[in-house]
Amino acid sequence: MSQDARFGLDKKVRLLGPLPLESGGELTPVEIAYETYGTLNADASNAVLVCHALTGDQYVASTHPATGKDGWWTRMVGPGKPVDTDRYFVICANVIGSCMGSSGPATINPANNKPWGMDFPMLTIADMVRAQALLLDYLDIVRLHAVIGGSMGGMQAISWTTLYPDRVKSAVIIASAARHSAQNIAFHEVGRQAIMADARWRGGAYYADDDPPSSGLAVARMAAHITYLSEAGLTEKFGRRLQDRDSKTFGFDADFQVESYLRYQGITFVDRFDANSYLYITRAMDYFDLAEAHGGTLAHAFTGSKTRFCLISFDTDWLYPTSESRRIVHALNAAGAAVSFVELSSAFGHDSFLLENPEMNRIVDGFLKAGDAR
Amino acid sequence: MTKLRPDLQIIADNIHPKSRVLDIGCGDGALMAALRDQKQADARGLEINPANVAAAVSKGLSVVQGNADTDLSAYPDGSFDYAVLSQTLQTTHRPDVMIKELLRIGKQAFVSFPNFAHWRVRMALFFGGHMPVTRLLPERWYDTPNIHHVTIDDFRALVRDGNYTQEQQWFLSGDKQTGHAMANLLAEHAVFLLKT
Repeated sequence: MSQDARFGLDKKVRLLGPLPLESGGELTPVEIAYETYGTLNADASNAVLVCHALTGDQYVASTHPATGKDGWWTRMVGPGKPVDTDRYFVICANVIGSCMGSSGPATINPANNKPWGMDFPMLTIADMVRAQALLLDYLDIVRLHAVIGGSMGGMQAISWTTLYPDRVKSAVIIASAARHSAQNIAFHEVGRQAIMADARWRGGAYYADDDPPSSGLAVARMAAHITYLSEAGLTEKFGRRLQDRDSKTFGFDADFQVESYLRYQGITFVDRFDANSYLYITRAMDYFDLAEAHGGTLAHAFTGSKTRFCLISFDTDWLYPTSESRRIVHALNAAGAAVSFVELSSAFGHDSFLLENPEMNRIVDGFLKAGDAR
Repeated sequence: MTKLRPDLQIIADNIHPKSRVLDIGCGDGALMAALRDQKQADARGLEINPANVAAAVSKGLSVVQGNADTDLSAYPDGSFDYAVLSQTLQTTHRPDVMIKELLRIGKQAFVSFPNFAHWRVRMALFFGGHMPVTRLLPERWYDTPNIHHVTIDDFRALVRDGNYTQEQQWFLSGDKQTGHAMANLLAEHAVFLLKT
């Protein structure tokens, strides 16, 4: 099995689909860039799908080709880690709409052999999940031992349990929500407007002369980054400290460390992310409301579910606060599903799920191992 | 296999195999694990302390962090064979509402609590003139989570007033079961099995 050409790092597949989309129409072909880690066992029962967040990618536990940095969740995924690649066959795929090799606005539209740009169809979280299901079909994996994700990854994970209840044994949903709140949508709209207000955006048709709206995208990232941190975390990290200077300059340079940090976050982000992808994916998240598809009652989404659920929230996460996780938990209780939930304490807001947190690791480890026996 | 607390052992011994059980205030999941391993029960838990929840989940148990006073309403009527409330009744905001909730969610309910009319408690109050600090009630009056102390006779009155059926009762002194005679004076701890 380990010699299988479908498995390994930096893989890419072009699937014919077609993938029917919620916005109407369909996507074909569907290109999916993905990585696998570990060995698929003989009965293909040890597969764990890791779903990434808004600006994440398939490089969950390997070096990122653009930044040279470690994978984004090496604390959680790897040999001996809770998502143990010695034990599980781990898959992570770039979501469609993104820009790391899967079909998205920067890839080529077969109709005219030009980059899709704004002609790329509108996507939803469910569309992303259905594309992942196509990938699993291609990999001959019928049933996942577990699906796991944080933030938008959690939205995909929970969608997996409702779209393909028979294909998911366990689901881990971290720092996530079953819907986007008005506040969530509002912050995303700020980011999108920043991109569209950049004169270089040009209706999304900026690929030909390689002159992307990086100023707008950087501002979008800066605004979003604030929502990933907590007030206490920002204060602890930066306070009112000045950046490389002894006194205020009475100008608009980055006098404060927090300004310098945000600018850096914005500038480095544009090197690895496509502005149009940012538009499409934030929109998909805004459209997300799991209850909507089930008559407005979230519990109905989980009727008869045999999946085991584990939800984790963080007390300083104000982007997807504990109340949103608790709403899912109450719906799962109402549906009689097997659910575990814990709110963990961390100073670092929404980003906590990406950071070192021994308690989170212990819970995920125990939850996944308990699933092995079943 | 660590030994269960005596009241939990009584509950574990009297739960039918393969039942659906909701353990409210399940701590680190000791009873749930015993029910799962010895009775093949489908046990779910609710627990307020996150460290306890983490311990239980890492054992593979389905435990939700939440507050018994506010989070029970999500559970549908009759969705469990048993609701269990062990050593938690006296910490709830409205014990009468809690019993009603237990018997709404569970077809039957186990309730265990320390008896505030035990002779040692009475002695401490009578001779000492202070709120008692005992083995089962180790906290002082100002830092105790036990906001509604209850005696066995009080509990029986609540059962009577609520028109609940008292299926069985067990009494503990030290870690041993003791007789029903003068239980309100002699039992440190009581376990009741109720149904509507």
